[in-house]
Amino acid sequence: MRAKVHVFLKPGVLDVQGKAVEQALHGLGWAGVEHVRVGRTIEFDLAATDAASAEAEVKAMCEKLLANTVIESYRVELA
Amino acid sequence: MKAAVIVFPGSNCDRDCKVAIERSTGAHVDMVWHGDTALPDAVDLIVLPGGFSYGDYLRCGAMASLSPIMAEVKAAAGRGVATVGICNGFQVLCEAGMLPGALLRNEKLKYVCKAVDLEVTNAQTRYTAGYAGRRQVTMTVGNGEGNFFADVDTLDRLEGEGQVVFRYLENPNGSARDIAGIVNARGNVLGLMPHPDRAFEAELGSADGALLFQSALASA
Repeated sequence: MRAKVHVFLKPGVLDVQGKAVEQALHGLGWAGVEHVRVGRTIEFDLAATDAASAEAEVKAMCEKLLANTVIESYRVELA
Repeated sequence: MKAAVIVFPGSNCDRDCKVAIERSTGAHVDMVWHGDTALPDAVDLIVLPGGFSYGDYLRCGAMASLSPIMAEVKAAAGRGVATVGICNGFQVLCEAGMLPGALLRNEKLKYVCKAVDLEVTNAQTRYTAGYAGRRQVTMTVGNGEGNFFADVDTLDRLEGEGQVVFRYLENPNGSARDIAGIVNARGNVLGLMPHPDRAFEAELGSADGALLFQSALASA
């Protein structure tokens, strides 16, 4: 299975990169852009073949390494 | 007296820490590789140095916090051994869950490298006793991700319990409540963004960092 993990700073945690990107988009004329958040995506293949165990495994990886849950939230996609 | 400096791949202040501790305290300093699984016997002070461990990949300090030696560092800190994380070392301590909070990108997205004046917020810790009531010290910061963050409850608790050790007089990076350094509840684990290792003799512009190492070992 292929896993995609999306990691973003939690709402309420100042995302200075997102702010800078937002200002740049405003500068280019997209005045309607709001609440830009910059995150990261981590993709990898997994040996697990059933979705339930794969999801449990990837969540454990997120809690241990891929995200810092003090400041970040994550979302897992499996395909 | 014995100190250990942990060397991660990408640490770049490990030698500075060794020299700073040796010159300011006379202690013997061992360098300990991150892949090691044991600390030197009877170590009185453990220092996690500044730098860019693992290239700051993923998050600053994230990979280093999972290094084999960190299990030993956690165990030693659990026994009450003085443990100090400086700059990247502070980030490692937060990632390891040994200190609360996290260090975010600096508010202005800029790497800040300059001398900063700090308030000694708690002069009763084992790290600040040597300041003998001095309220202000000077050290140097050098970081791009030194913006301390914790939720409001945690910040209130840190302040209420006297765990805020140093504050910036002029906040260089957006840190919550001007926090520059904190200790754990027990008071033996210190994390700070400013570098005492870059301020241990007058020729460096400040010798205030020497007192921190002296205090740490005086109470060992």
